[in-house]
Amino acid sequence: MGKARDTLLRPVFDENPIALQILGICSALAVTSKMETAVVMSLAVIFVTTFSNGAVSLIRKHIPTNIRIIVQMTIIASLVIVVDQGLRAYAFDISKQLSVFVGLIITNCIVMGRAEAFAMKESVGASMLDGMGNGIGYGLILLVVAVLRELFGSGRFFGVEIFRLANVGGWYEPNGLMLLPPSAFFIIGGFIWVLRSFKTEQIEEA
Amino acid sequence: MEAYLSLFVKAVFVENIALAFFLGMCTFLAVSKRVSTAFGLGVAVIVVQVITVPLNNLVYRHLLREEALAAIGLGGVDLTFVGLISYIGVIAASVQILEMFLDKYVPSLYNALGIFLPLITVNCAILGGSLFMVERDYGFGESVVYGLGSGLGWALAIVALAGIREKMRYSDVPHGLRGLGITFMTVGLMAMAFMAFSGIQL
Repeated sequence: MGKARDTLLRPVFDENPIALQILGICSALAVTSKMETAVVMSLAVIFVTTFSNGAVSLIRKHIPTNIRIIVQMTIIASLVIVVDQGLRAYAFDISKQLSVFVGLIITNCIVMGRAEAFAMKESVGASMLDGMGNGIGYGLILLVVAVLRELFGSGRFFGVEIFRLANVGGWYEPNGLMLLPPSAFFIIGGFIWVLRSFKTEQIEEA
Repeated sequence: MEAYLSLFVKAVFVENIALAFFLGMCTFLAVSKRVSTAFGLGVAVIVVQVITVPLNNLVYRHLLREEALAAIGLGGVDLTFVGLISYIGVIAASVQILEMFLDKYVPSLYNALGIFLPLITVNCAILGGSLFMVERDYGFGESVVYGLGSGLGWALAIVALAGIREKMRYSDVPHGLRGLGITFMTVGLMAMAFMAFSGIQL
Protein backbone atom coordinates (compact mmCIF):
# COMPACT_ATOMS: atom_id res chain seq x y z
CA MET A 1 0.00 0.00 0.00
CA GLY A 2 2.89 2.31 0.84
CA LYS A 3 4.22 2.04 -2.70
CA ALA A 4 0.88 2.93 -4.24
CA ARG A 5 0.55 6.00 -2.03
CA ASP A 6 4.08 6.97 -2.91
CA THR A 7 3.34 6.68 -6.63
CA LEU A 8 0.29 8.88 -6.21
CA LEU A 9 1.76 11.55 -3.95
CA ARG A 10 5.33 11.92 -5.15
CA PRO A 11 4.43 13.88 -8.30
CA VAL A 12 2.29 16.25 -6.22
CA PHE A 13 5.07 17.65 -4.02
CA ASP A 14 8.49 16.17 -4.66
CA GLU A 15 8.41 15.97 -8.42
CA ASN A 16 5.75 18.46 -9.28
CA PRO A 17 5.37 18.54 -13.07
CA ILE A 18 5.11 22.32 -13.30
CA ALA A 19 7.49 23.51 -10.59
CA LEU A 20 10.29 21.04 -11.17
CA GLN A 21 9.98 19.41 -14.54
CA ILE A 22 8.77 22.51 -16.44
CA LEU A 23 6.06 20.51 -18.15
CA GLY A 24 2.64 21.64 -19.25
CA ILE A 25 2.98 25.30 -18.48
CA CYS A 26 1.23 26.69 -21.56
CA SER A 27 -2.28 26.05 -20.39
CA ALA A 28 -1.45 26.73 -16.75
CA LEU A 29 -1.09 30.42 -17.47
CA ALA A 30 -3.97 31.13 -19.76
CA VAL A 31 -6.84 29.57 -17.80
CA THR A 32 -6.06 30.75 -14.29
CA SER A 33 -7.67 34.18 -14.11
CA LYS A 34 -10.81 32.59 -12.63
CA MET A 35 -11.39 29.65 -10.29
CA GLU A 36 -14.14 28.14 -12.41
CA THR A 37 -12.03 27.62 -15.53
CA ALA A 38 -9.03 26.48 -13.48
CA VAL A 39 -11.07 23.77 -11.73
CA VAL A 40 -12.58 22.49 -14.97
CA MET A 41 -9.19 22.49 -16.66
CA SER A 42 -7.59 20.59 -13.74
CA LEU A 43 -10.32 17.95 -13.79
CA ALA A 44 -9.94 17.57 -17.56
CA VAL A 45 -6.18 17.08 -17.25
CA ILE A 46 -6.51 14.60 -14.35
CA PHE A 47 -9.01 12.59 -16.41
CA VAL A 48 -6.80 12.57 -19.50
CA THR A 49 -3.51 11.72 -17.72
CA THR A 50 -5.12 8.93 -15.67
CA PHE A 51 -6.76 7.16 -18.57
CA SER A 52 -4.05 7.79 -21.17
CA ASN A 53 -1.48 6.32 -18.78
CA GLY A 54 -3.78 3.37 -18.14
CA ALA A 55 -4.44 2.76 -21.83
CA VAL A 56 -0.81 3.09 -22.86
CA SER A 57 0.26 0.75 -20.08
CA LEU A 58 -2.39 -1.78 -21.09
CA ILE A 59 -1.01 -2.12 -24.61
CA ARG A 60 2.65 -1.34 -23.83
CA LYS A 61 3.83 -4.81 -24.81
CA HIS A 62 2.15 -4.60 -28.22
CA ILE A 63 3.34 -1.15 -29.32
CA PRO A 64 6.26 -1.32 -31.77
CA THR A 65 8.93 1.11 -30.50
CA ASN A 66 9.29 2.92 -33.84
CA ILE A 67 5.75 4.21 -33.91
CA ARG A 68 5.07 4.51 -30.18
CA ILE A 69 4.83 8.31 -30.25
CA ILE A 70 2.04 8.30 -32.79
CA VAL A 71 0.19 5.51 -30.94
CA GLN A 72 0.38 7.48 -27.68
CA MET A 73 -0.69 10.61 -29.50
CA THR A 74 -3.75 8.87 -30.94
CA ILE A 75 -4.83 7.58 -27.52
CA ILE A 76 -4.37 11.01 -25.95
CA ALA A 77 -6.13 12.83 -28.78
CA SER A 78 -9.12 10.48 -28.55
CA LEU A 79 -9.44 11.08 -24.80
CA VAL A 80 -9.20 14.83 -25.30
CA ILE A 81 -11.95 14.68 -27.91
CA VAL A 82 -14.15 12.89 -25.36
CA VAL A 83 -13.48 15.64 -22.80
CA ASP A 84 -14.03 18.40 -25.35
CA GLN A 85 -17.33 16.98 -26.57
CA GLY A 86 -18.46 16.40 -22.97
CA LEU A 87 -17.75 20.00 -22.04
CA ARG A 88 -19.51 21.29 -25.11
CA ALA A 89 -22.59 19.25 -24.25
CA TYR A 90 -22.85 19.93 -20.52
CA ALA A 91 -20.90 23.14 -19.81
CA PHE A 92 -21.00 25.17 -23.00
CA ASP A 93 -20.13 28.52 -21.38
CA ILE A 94 -16.97 27.18 -19.78
CA SER A 95 -16.04 25.37 -22.95
CA LYS A 96 -16.25 28.72 -24.79
CA GLN A 97 -14.06 30.41 -22.18
CA LEU A 98 -11.43 27.69 -22.34
CA SER A 99 -11.51 28.00 -26.17
CA VAL A 100 -8.51 26.25 -27.71
CA PHE A 101 -6.92 25.25 -24.43
CA VAL A 102 -8.93 22.05 -24.05
CA GLY A 103 -7.60 20.92 -27.41
CA LEU A 104 -4.11 21.87 -26.33
CA ILE A 105 -4.17 19.20 -23.59
CA ILE A 106 -3.04 16.92 -26.44
CA THR A 107 0.28 18.70 -26.61
CA ASN A 108 0.50 19.16 -22.86
CA CYS A 109 3.89 17.66 -22.18
CA ILE A 110 2.75 16.17 -18.86
CA VAL A 111 0.46 13.70 -20.60
CA MET A 112 3.00 12.71 -23.24
CA GLY A 113 5.88 12.75 -20.77
CA ARG A 114 4.21 10.42 -18.29
CA ALA A 115 3.05 8.03 -21.02
CA GLU A 116 6.61 7.85 -22.31
CA ALA A 117 8.49 7.82 -19.00
CA PHE A 118 6.19 5.76 -16.78
CA ALA A 119 3.35 3.97 -18.54
CA MET A 120 5.59 2.28 -21.11
CA LYS A 121 7.33 0.39 -18.29
CA GLU A 122 4.93 -0.10 -15.38
CA SER A 123 1.71 -2.03 -14.67
CA VAL A 124 -1.74 -0.63 -15.42
CA GLY A 125 -2.67 0.17 -11.81
CA ALA A 126 0.58 1.94 -11.00
CA SER A 127 0.43 3.89 -14.26
CA MET A 128 -3.08 5.13 -13.55
CA LEU A 129 -2.03 6.24 -10.06
CA ASP A 130 1.01 7.99 -11.48
CA GLY A 131 -1.13 9.72 -14.08
CA MET A 132 -3.59 10.81 -11.43
CA GLY A 133 -0.78 12.07 -9.19
CA ASN A 134 0.70 14.15 -11.97
CA GLY A 135 -2.72 15.50 -12.87
CA ILE A 136 -3.26 16.49 -9.24
CA GLY A 137 0.18 18.10 -9.01
CA TYR A 138 -0.67 20.16 -12.08
CA GLY A 139 -4.13 21.00 -10.74
CA LEU A 140 -2.73 22.07 -7.37
CA ILE A 141 -0.53 24.77 -8.91
CA LEU A 142 -3.36 25.84 -11.20
CA LEU A 143 -5.67 26.28 -8.20
CA VAL A 144 -3.10 28.19 -6.11
CA VAL A 145 -2.49 30.59 -8.98
CA ALA A 146 -6.21 30.95 -9.71
CA VAL A 147 -7.13 31.67 -6.05
CA LEU A 148 -4.54 34.45 -5.87
CA ARG A 149 -5.46 35.92 -9.23
CA GLU A 150 -9.20 35.90 -8.73
CA LEU A 151 -9.09 37.11 -5.13
CA PHE A 152 -6.70 40.01 -5.66
CA GLY A 153 -7.66 40.77 -9.24
CA SER A 154 -11.41 41.01 -8.83
CA GLY A 155 -12.07 40.43 -5.11
CA ARG A 156 -14.01 37.26 -5.79
CA PHE A 157 -13.78 33.55 -5.10
CA PHE A 158 -15.70 31.25 -7.47
CA GLY A 159 -17.53 34.38 -8.62
CA VAL A 160 -18.74 35.14 -5.06
CA GLU A 161 -17.76 38.54 -3.74
CA ILE A 162 -15.23 38.44 -0.89
CA PHE A 163 -13.71 41.90 -0.92
CA ARG A 164 -16.18 44.66 -1.76
CA LEU A 165 -14.70 46.67 -4.62
CA ALA A 166 -14.05 50.38 -4.32
CA ASN A 167 -16.08 51.27 -7.41
CA VAL A 168 -19.28 49.84 -5.88
CA GLY A 169 -18.80 51.55 -2.52
CA GLY A 170 -16.51 49.02 -0.82
CA TRP A 171 -12.93 49.36 0.37
CA TYR A 172 -10.91 47.13 -1.93
CA GLU A 173 -9.09 48.66 -4.87
CA PRO A 174 -8.59 45.71 -7.27
CA ASN A 175 -5.12 44.99 -8.56
CA GLY A 176 -5.61 45.02 -12.31
CA LEU A 177 -2.25 43.38 -12.97
CA MET A 178 -3.57 40.15 -11.46
CA LEU A 179 -6.13 39.82 -14.25
CA LEU A 180 -3.46 40.16 -16.92
CA PRO A 181 -1.57 37.07 -18.06
CA PRO A 182 1.95 38.17 -16.96
CA SER A 183 0.91 37.97 -13.30
CA ALA A 184 0.72 34.17 -13.65
CA PHE A 185 4.44 34.10 -14.38
CA PHE A 186 5.26 36.10 -11.26
CA ILE A 187 3.03 33.89 -9.09
CA ILE A 188 4.51 30.64 -10.42
CA GLY A 189 8.02 32.09 -10.12
CA GLY A 190 7.27 33.00 -6.50
CA PHE A 191 5.73 29.57 -5.88
CA ILE A 192 8.91 27.90 -7.12
CA TRP A 193 10.94 30.17 -4.84
CA VAL A 194 8.89 29.17 -1.78
CA LEU A 195 8.97 25.47 -2.71
CA ARG A 196 12.71 25.47 -3.21
CA SER A 197 13.36 27.32 0.02
CA PHE A 198 11.90 24.28 1.79
CA LYS A 199 13.23 21.63 -0.56
CA THR A 200 16.72 22.91 -1.12
CA GLU A 201 17.79 19.83 -3.09
CA GLN A 202 15.66 21.11 -6.00
CA ILE A 203 17.81 24.21 -6.52
CA GLU A 204 19.64 24.13 -9.85
CA GLU A 205 23.14 25.38 -10.37
CA ALA A 206 22.77 28.42 -12.57
CA MET B 1 -2.79 43.18 -49.57
CA GLU B 2 -3.23 45.65 -46.74
CA ALA B 3 -5.37 43.17 -44.84
CA TYR B 4 -2.65 40.54 -45.11
CA LEU B 5 -0.01 42.98 -43.93
CA SER B 6 -2.03 43.99 -40.91
CA LEU B 7 -2.73 40.31 -40.09
CA PHE B 8 1.00 39.63 -40.29
CA VAL B 9 2.01 42.47 -37.99
CA LYS B 10 -0.75 41.50 -35.59
CA ALA B 11 0.40 37.86 -35.50
CA VAL B 12 4.02 38.82 -34.89
CA PHE B 13 3.64 41.55 -32.27
CA VAL B 14 0.16 42.24 -30.93
CA GLU B 15 -0.93 38.61 -30.61
CA ASN B 16 2.51 37.12 -30.13
CA ILE B 17 1.83 33.43 -29.71
CA ALA B 18 4.46 32.99 -26.98
CA LEU B 19 4.08 36.16 -24.95
CA ALA B 20 0.38 36.95 -25.35
CA PHE B 21 -1.10 33.43 -25.46
CA PHE B 22 1.71 31.52 -23.70
CA LEU B 23 1.83 28.69 -26.20
CA GLY B 24 4.89 26.51 -26.61
CA MET B 25 6.03 27.45 -23.11
CA CYS B 26 7.67 24.13 -22.23
CA THR B 27 10.22 24.34 -25.03
CA PHE B 28 10.30 28.12 -24.67
CA LEU B 29 11.66 27.81 -21.14
CA ALA B 30 13.71 24.66 -21.62
CA VAL B 31 15.60 25.49 -24.82
CA SER B 32 16.35 29.17 -24.20
CA LYS B 33 19.67 28.84 -22.40
CA ARG B 34 21.77 29.79 -25.44
CA VAL B 35 21.04 32.12 -28.35
CA SER B 36 22.39 29.75 -31.02
CA THR B 37 20.15 26.81 -30.06
CA ALA B 38 17.19 29.13 -29.52
CA PHE B 39 17.70 30.50 -33.03
CA GLY B 40 17.78 26.99 -34.54
CA LEU B 41 14.57 26.03 -32.79
CA GLY B 42 12.96 29.32 -33.80
CA VAL B 43 13.70 28.69 -37.48
CA ALA B 44 12.35 25.15 -37.20
CA VAL B 45 9.11 26.47 -35.69
CA ILE B 46 8.70 29.03 -38.49
CA VAL B 47 9.18 26.34 -41.17
CA VAL B 48 6.77 23.87 -39.57
CA GLN B 49 4.18 26.56 -38.85
CA VAL B 50 4.22 27.80 -42.46
CA ILE B 51 3.62 24.24 -43.67
CA THR B 52 1.09 22.93 -41.15
CA VAL B 53 -1.29 25.87 -40.67
CA PRO B 54 -2.23 26.07 -44.40
CA LEU B 55 -2.39 22.24 -44.62
CA ASN B 56 -4.75 22.07 -41.68
CA ASN B 57 -6.71 24.89 -43.25
CA LEU B 58 -7.25 22.74 -46.34
CA VAL B 59 -8.17 19.71 -44.20
CA TYR B 60 -10.66 21.76 -42.23
CA ARG B 61 -12.29 23.54 -45.18
CA HIS B 62 -12.48 20.64 -47.60
CA LEU B 63 -12.94 17.59 -45.38
CA LEU B 64 -14.17 18.37 -41.90
CA ARG B 65 -16.42 21.41 -42.10
CA GLU B 66 -20.15 20.92 -42.19
CA GLU B 67 -21.35 20.34 -45.78
CA ALA B 68 -17.70 20.09 -46.95
CA LEU B 69 -18.33 16.60 -48.31
CA ALA B 70 -21.64 17.49 -50.01
CA ALA B 71 -19.97 17.31 -53.44
CA ILE B 72 -19.39 13.57 -53.13
CA GLY B 73 -22.90 12.88 -51.89
CA LEU B 74 -22.28 13.10 -48.16
CA GLY B 75 -24.32 16.22 -47.43
CA GLY B 76 -25.17 16.90 -43.80
CA VAL B 77 -22.03 15.21 -42.49
CA ASP B 78 -20.26 17.33 -39.89
CA LEU B 79 -16.86 15.93 -39.01
CA THR B 80 -15.54 18.84 -36.93
CA PHE B 81 -15.44 16.61 -33.84
CA VAL B 82 -12.52 14.60 -35.24
CA GLY B 83 -10.71 17.90 -35.84
CA LEU B 84 -8.22 17.61 -33.00
CA ILE B 85 -6.99 14.17 -33.98
CA SER B 86 -6.75 15.15 -37.68
CA TYR B 87 -4.74 18.30 -36.98
CA ILE B 88 -2.26 16.54 -34.73
CA GLY B 89 -1.99 13.75 -37.30
CA VAL B 90 -1.24 16.25 -40.07
CA ILE B 91 1.36 17.96 -37.86
CA ALA B 92 3.08 14.71 -36.85
CA ALA B 93 3.12 13.48 -40.45
CA SER B 94 4.48 16.73 -41.91
CA VAL B 95 7.21 16.96 -39.29
CA GLN B 96 8.21 13.37 -40.07
CA ILE B 97 8.23 13.98 -43.84
CA LEU B 98 10.15 17.24 -43.42
CA GLU B 99 12.74 15.43 -41.33
CA MET B 100 13.20 12.68 -43.94
CA PHE B 101 13.29 15.23 -46.78
CA LEU B 102 15.95 17.36 -45.08
CA ASP B 103 18.00 14.28 -44.20
CA LYS B 104 18.10 13.21 -47.85
CA TYR B 105 18.41 16.49 -49.76
CA VAL B 106 19.69 19.22 -47.41
CA PRO B 107 21.95 17.44 -44.91
CA SER B 108 23.53 20.66 -43.62
CA LEU B 109 20.14 22.04 -42.61
CA TYR B 110 19.19 18.64 -41.20
CA ASN B 111 22.23 18.70 -38.93
CA ALA B 112 21.32 22.15 -37.70
CA LEU B 113 17.60 21.56 -37.13
CA GLY B 114 17.51 17.77 -36.75
CA ILE B 115 17.32 17.51 -32.99
CA PHE B 116 14.56 20.11 -32.75
CA LEU B 117 12.15 18.63 -35.25
CA PRO B 118 10.84 15.75 -33.07
CA LEU B 119 10.31 18.24 -30.22
CA ILE B 120 8.10 20.33 -32.42
CA THR B 121 5.31 17.77 -32.79
CA VAL B 122 4.44 18.25 -29.14
CA ASN B 123 4.97 22.00 -29.13
CA CYS B 124 1.65 23.63 -28.33
CA ALA B 125 2.49 26.67 -30.44
CA ILE B 126 2.10 24.54 -33.57
CA LEU B 127 -1.21 22.93 -32.65
CA GLY B 128 -2.34 26.23 -31.13
CA GLY B 129 -1.70 28.03 -34.42
CA SER B 130 -3.91 25.55 -36.25
CA LEU B 131 -6.66 25.74 -33.62
CA PHE B 132 -6.69 29.56 -33.69
CA MET B 133 -6.86 29.39 -37.48
CA VAL B 134 -9.98 27.19 -37.25
CA GLU B 135 -11.56 29.26 -34.48
CA ARG B 136 -11.08 32.53 -36.39
CA ASP B 137 -12.17 30.99 -39.68
CA TYR B 138 -9.20 32.15 -41.77
CA GLY B 139 -9.17 31.59 -45.55
CA PHE B 140 -6.27 29.85 -47.28
CA GLY B 141 -4.28 33.04 -48.02
CA GLU B 142 -4.79 34.32 -44.50
CA SER B 143 -3.68 31.02 -43.03
CA VAL B 144 -0.35 31.18 -44.90
CA VAL B 145 0.24 34.70 -43.59
CA TYR B 146 -0.88 33.76 -40.09
CA GLY B 147 1.39 30.70 -40.05
CA LEU B 148 4.39 32.80 -41.06
CA GLY B 149 3.56 35.60 -38.64
CA SER B 150 2.91 33.44 -35.61
CA GLY B 151 6.04 31.35 -36.24
CA LEU B 152 8.15 34.47 -36.61
CA GLY B 153 6.69 35.97 -33.43
CA TRP B 154 7.53 32.82 -31.47
CA ALA B 155 11.08 32.74 -32.86
CA LEU B 156 11.56 36.41 -32.00
CA ALA B 157 10.41 35.84 -28.42
CA ILE B 158 12.64 32.81 -27.78
CA VAL B 159 15.74 34.48 -29.23
CA ALA B 160 15.09 37.57 -27.09
CA LEU B 161 14.67 35.45 -23.96
CA ALA B 162 17.84 33.47 -24.69
CA GLY B 163 19.73 36.76 -25.08
CA ILE B 164 18.51 37.95 -21.69
CA ARG B 165 19.33 34.62 -20.03
CA GLU B 166 22.87 34.66 -21.41
CA LYS B 167 23.45 38.09 -19.86
CA MET B 168 21.83 37.01 -16.63
CA ARG B 169 24.59 34.52 -15.92
CA TYR B 170 26.56 37.40 -14.42
CA SER B 171 23.85 38.52 -12.03
CA ASP B 172 23.45 37.52 -8.40
CA VAL B 173 20.08 35.79 -8.15
CA PRO B 174 18.67 34.60 -4.76
CA HIS B 175 19.34 30.88 -4.29
CA GLY B 176 15.79 29.52 -4.47
CA LEU B 177 15.07 31.53 -7.61
CA ARG B 178 18.09 30.32 -9.61
CA GLY B 179 17.32 28.70 -12.91
CA LEU B 180 13.62 28.18 -13.43
CA GLY B 181 12.25 30.73 -10.95
CA ILE B 182 14.05 33.76 -12.33
CA THR B 183 13.26 32.66 -15.88
CA PHE B 184 9.56 32.80 -15.05
CA MET B 185 9.96 36.32 -13.68
CA THR B 186 11.91 37.40 -16.78
CA VAL B 187 9.25 36.04 -19.11
CA GLY B 188 6.61 37.85 -17.05
CA LEU B 189 8.42 41.15 -17.54
CA MET B 190 8.85 40.44 -21.26
CA ALA B 191 5.15 39.69 -21.57
CA MET B 192 4.33 43.00 -19.91
CA ALA B 193 6.59 44.78 -22.38
CA PHE B 194 4.83 43.09 -25.27
CA MET B 195 1.47 44.18 -23.88
CA ALA B 196 2.41 47.69 -24.93
CA PHE B 197 1.58 46.55 -28.46
CA SER B 198 -1.95 45.54 -27.52
CA GLY B 199 -3.40 49.01 -28.00
CA ILE B 200 -2.21 49.26 -31.59
CA GLN B 201 -5.00 49.34 -34.14
CA LEU B 202 -4.12 48.41 -37.67
